[in-house]
Amino acid sequence: MIDATDRQIIRALQGGLPLTPTPYAQVAYDLGLLESDLLERLAALKTRGVIRRIAAAPNHYKLGMTSNGMTVWDVEDASITKLGAKIGALPFVTHCYQRPRALPDWPYNLFAMVHGTDRTEVEEKRAEIAAILGDACRAKDILYSTRILKKTGLRLKQKG
Amino acid sequence: MLDQTDRAILNRVQDDLPLTSHPYAAVAEELGLSEAELLTRLTRMKEDRVITRFGPFFDAAAMGGAFCLCAMAVPAESFETVLTKVNAHPEVAHNYERTHRLNMWFVLATETPEGIKGTADAIEQETGIKVLCFPKLQEFFIGFRVAA
Repeated sequence: MIDATDRQIIRALQGGLPLTPTPYAQVAYDLGLLESDLLERLAALKTRGVIRRIAAAPNHYKLGMTSNGMTVWDVEDASITKLGAKIGALPFVTHCYQRPRALPDWPYNLFAMVHGTDRTEVEEKRAEIAAILGDACRAKDILYSTRILKKTGLRLKQKG
Repeated sequence: MLDQTDRAILNRVQDDLPLTSHPYAAVAEELGLSEAELLTRLTRMKEDRVITRFGPFFDAAAMGGAFCLCAMAVPAESFETVLTKVNAHPEVAHNYERTHRLNMWFVLATETPEGIKGTADAIEQETGIKVLCFPKLQEFFIGFRVAA
């Protein structure tokens, strides 16, 4: 769990880290903390997995990766852990999860996100995944994203 | 347009930055740039929305909360109206339009596990459209990197 100070820190950083030479000193000042205390708390949050990393989220559309396909697969439950690990390890798969099916609307239980410069490239990568899954896969589909409707990341409420 | 230096920067800053007083100076040194040049380029790429966000990536689950991928089948004629209602929830962290009968896919990030159901129920009530929830059961890869 996080305490009140951690919460203030998360709220201060959820919009992003300042692009200035000493960003933590600036954030610490705003919060009335010492920079060293802030860095210590951030290190602890990282150790606990609350912060996964401090990094940039790129806009893959602007990087020419204009085709973004969510490939979805209905994989035998008995094989999904072994096969999921193989798919997740592919260099072109950026996210890979097992999720519950939602029958009858949705028969798929493996989700793998694939990016490419165009749909032909994404389809080639999708065929590689299909080859690995083989007969363990009973049905498949691909959902291309056509528009980013929102991208803000986690937002903590004012009070909680 | 991005030049080679921009691309080198993007490839580096998708990975973790050091937790030190001068994180950008450390990264600039790795890349053979000055700190000022790195900051200028990062600022420009953020303004141009090549970088959509720069900072800590939080895991709601590790804070005692939850993430959940959700999907809805929204009729074309009411898409914008439904979108406004869905996006108005601060718990909606990302939202994408996709090519499928289920054409709106969003991620809920909430501070408690119960928050997922509460938000999904609220969206269903406000829009009259079923919200399918797909919580992760297993994660096979946690990185997210695009070669620039």
